[in-house]
Amino acid sequence: MSGTAEKGGGNLLRSLDYSVLQQCMHCGMCLPACPTYVETLRERSSPRGRIAMMRAIADGDLETSRVFAEEMYFCLGCLACQTACPAGVDYATLIEQSRAQVEASGVLDRGQRRLVRTLLLRWVFTSRRRIKLLAKALYLFQRSGLRRVVRASGLLWLLPAKLRDLEPLTPEIQSTFTRRLYEQRYRSLNPTSPRFRVGVLSGCVQDIAFSHVNADTIAVLQVNGCEVILPEAQQCCGSLHAHNGDLASARDLARANIDAFSTEEGGVDAIIVNAGGCGSHLRHYDRLLADDVEYAGRAAAWSQKVRDICEFLVEIDFRPPPASPDADVLRVTYHESCHLKHGQGVSAQPRRILESIPGVELTELAEADWCCGSAGIYNITQPEMSMKLLDRKMGHIGDIRPQVVATGNPGCVIQIEHGLRLKGLSARVQHPVSLLAAAYERSRVEAAQRDFSPESLIVEGS
Amino acid sequence: MDSAVLSQFRSIIGDDQVLDSAEDLSVYAYDGTATLRVAPACVLLPETVQQVAAIMTVAHSQRLPVITRGSGTGLAGGAVPVEGGIVLCLVRMDRIIEVDEANLAMVVEPGVITQRVADAAAAAGLFYPPDPGSIKISTIGGNVANNSGGLRGLKYGVTRDYVMALQVVLADGQILNTGTKCVKDVAGFTLKDLFIGSEGTLGVITSINLKLIPPPAAKQTMIAHFESMTDAARTVSEIIRHKIIPCTLEFLDRVTIGCVEEYVAIGLPLDVEALLLIEVDGHPAEVAEQAAEIERLAGEHGAREVRRAHSEEEATRLASARRTAFSALARLAPTVVLEDVTVPRSELARMVSHIAQVSERYGVKIGTFGHMGDGNLHPTFLTDERDAREMGRVEQAMREVFEFAVELGGTITGEHGVGLAKKPFLPAAIGPVAMDITRRLKADFDPEGILNPGKIFD
Repeated sequence: MSGTAEKGGGNLLRSLDYSVLQQCMHCGMCLPACPTYVETLRERSSPRGRIAMMRAIADGDLETSRVFAEEMYFCLGCLACQTACPAGVDYATLIEQSRAQVEASGVLDRGQRRLVRTLLLRWVFTSRRRIKLLAKALYLFQRSGLRRVVRASGLLWLLPAKLRDLEPLTPEIQSTFTRRLYEQRYRSLNPTSPRFRVGVLSGCVQDIAFSHVNADTIAVLQVNGCEVILPEAQQCCGSLHAHNGDLASARDLARANIDAFSTEEGGVDAIIVNAGGCGSHLRHYDRLLADDVEYAGRAAAWSQKVRDICEFLVEIDFRPPPASPDADVLRVTYHESCHLKHGQGVSAQPRRILESIPGVELTELAEADWCCGSAGIYNITQPEMSMKLLDRKMGHIGDIRPQVVATGNPGCVIQIEHGLRLKGLSARVQHPVSLLAAAYERSRVEAAQRDFSPESLIVEGS
Repeated sequence: MDSAVLSQFRSIIGDDQVLDSAEDLSVYAYDGTATLRVAPACVLLPETVQQVAAIMTVAHSQRLPVITRGSGTGLAGGAVPVEGGIVLCLVRMDRIIEVDEANLAMVVEPGVITQRVADAAAAAGLFYPPDPGSIKISTIGGNVANNSGGLRGLKYGVTRDYVMALQVVLADGQILNTGTKCVKDVAGFTLKDLFIGSEGTLGVITSINLKLIPPPAAKQTMIAHFESMTDAARTVSEIIRHKIIPCTLEFLDRVTIGCVEEYVAIGLPLDVEALLLIEVDGHPAEVAEQAAEIERLAGEHGAREVRRAHSEEEATRLASARRTAFSALARLAPTVVLEDVTVPRSELARMVSHIAQVSERYGVKIGTFGHMGDGNLHPTFLTDERDAREMGRVEQAMREVFEFAVELGGTITGEHGVGLAKKPFLPAAIGPVAMDITRRLKADFDPEGILNPGKIFD
């Protein structure tokens, strides 16, 4: 047997229900939807090709080789193939299982890779406390002026190439995370007789770099009559782990989240997510824990309750912001997060929300649902393909030159902001709920101004 | 494969365009056909006609089998490799060379995706009508090699009707140019027609000159419900007898209707035997007149209801009933075999009811839909290839369906081709004289028998 022998015992692809593999009838309809196929024109970099290799491994005709392993990580996991597939192949399960198989086989093992994986997957991203601690350190680095010194000094060149490339993709850490924003302001704004009681997932990157998006999410829910709770014991959703072959950690995190949201008094009507990547994964806790005797039932109930924020707002017939005399025209386009569109089937709802906002002129982006190359940590692990996709995206954005690119996933925000900087384009990137929250806020202020004459304000203020 | 030969190929097209890893070979082992799989010895991805010619010269001298393919979406196993063979994958030859508005023509390389051909024509205000089901990913070269059809065949014809000229690399590496941009051209035999539908057995198509036409100005979509298959078939015959040629005249049977409705929920009736999707196009006045006439004819021949689309959106929704038919069926079973028997229009009702009988007799689930206007049916067998006993029954059922089609004066394949899947049925379908001429032609064009050997016939 060669160096590709399967360590860790067993073949995870063989233990998978064969009908999931067999559902692929290799018709090829996924090929034009697959960014890596379209860029390479190589069958092995297509969903159909990848499934054929998985099946060959399950059949024992192919070994879990390095070529296979690299191909599994060359896949963006964007799931555009699932939308295109006539036969309803569950590609998300297949790619997760295959990456787990790759990790179990050890074909990609090298000291450095193993260390980084253990550090990130097993240590940092299994504890919100450690994530926040790391974020605080990063915040100090970014804001203390140290970063400026480091950038100017050329010290970055001392870092390994991959880490160096990572620097511009590191999001700006916020001074205040979601929990404190909630306690300081939003908890007290919960309606007294709510229509719904919902739990919000604060996420990891969303929490430390985009806590304002979480705040906007909470605010728009409250405007629409929802009592919002923010369970304290919640953890990272585990998508990072599941997408990188660490299904054991992913299951631990899923169980922790199910516990966190259900111990809240009375439970919740819906679990609200505002990050496409997290939502797509949260929806599949049922599948992830299907074999868990204790949690399978609760996971199934959980999956029924998960909603993307835009999806939920449309479902509960959200209140459109009133027309405003002060609303300037804002040229907005919408980029679809892969896991929102292909992973969750949420596509029309964010556009509905954007169109409801006074002043917003929504222009369709060509290939709006083509991956931007962010794809979790893909822009770090596969910079070359990631940049090709980012260039393609920027070409389309450059064609229509919007003021705002709206999108519903923090990874896309970071990637597109990076692309805009590289191309010198001036658009800003925002979550649709942030635009909605701003419109609600504007109408609230306008109403307040109508109710109080300037004189009364002075009297009150003095 | 011999390493000296491999290095010859590498020097022709570059190292990175020659694939021979176990992983790469495993993913070029199939096309879009269920259950067929044979890994080749290597895969070559040339970019120019000169490279193709040089590859063929080597293959010819070494007597190596060459299987030409595009996106690999064929449904008859035409692009499934043979052991020890070379897969010649032309997807990198994907340039649109010219859109010639003065001559209503377009010159393309074989690897261009059919949808791009249609889009480029539309961008010039023109129309390329053939629209096979796989239009979004099938290559135009594959369409020509299989003479692909589509939903518009009845009024607009098939791929063959739009090929004006071809460039073909022959088995020994010679380059043949056949046909011109001229509408009239009778200089010698029309050799191009031999290559259209030859499934890669006579040469490698490297350039295609396509005919384009002006697009119709208006279109009307409608859907008609029938409680009996015979009524639906009679309505089709009546429409055509009244000298109306719709651009689309498609049908779904009861099994398919049920699956589609379950899958997309567009409000189809579940208590009907057949559903006709009809589209007429042309000058707005003519379209209005024909739509009214069709409505009347359908009503007179037992249609329970005829719904007309009143907007583009509604038209798309109605048409989606037909477009999602295959997907809706494919979700139901691990293995799906899509067939395409074709009969004269007058025999449609008999053919459809025969398929239903066969389905019952063998205990095999079959959903049937297809192009009623041109007699081309798609009985879709839902099965599981791991169940050997059921697969045996499926094969028996298929054989009966093919035999009955031929008995009715029809054919074993309307648009998918023969490849491997229909090979056993070809002699009965076309007869000994045609088989003999086919073999003689093949021997002339490919004396060493290296071009897609074992396909269509042995």
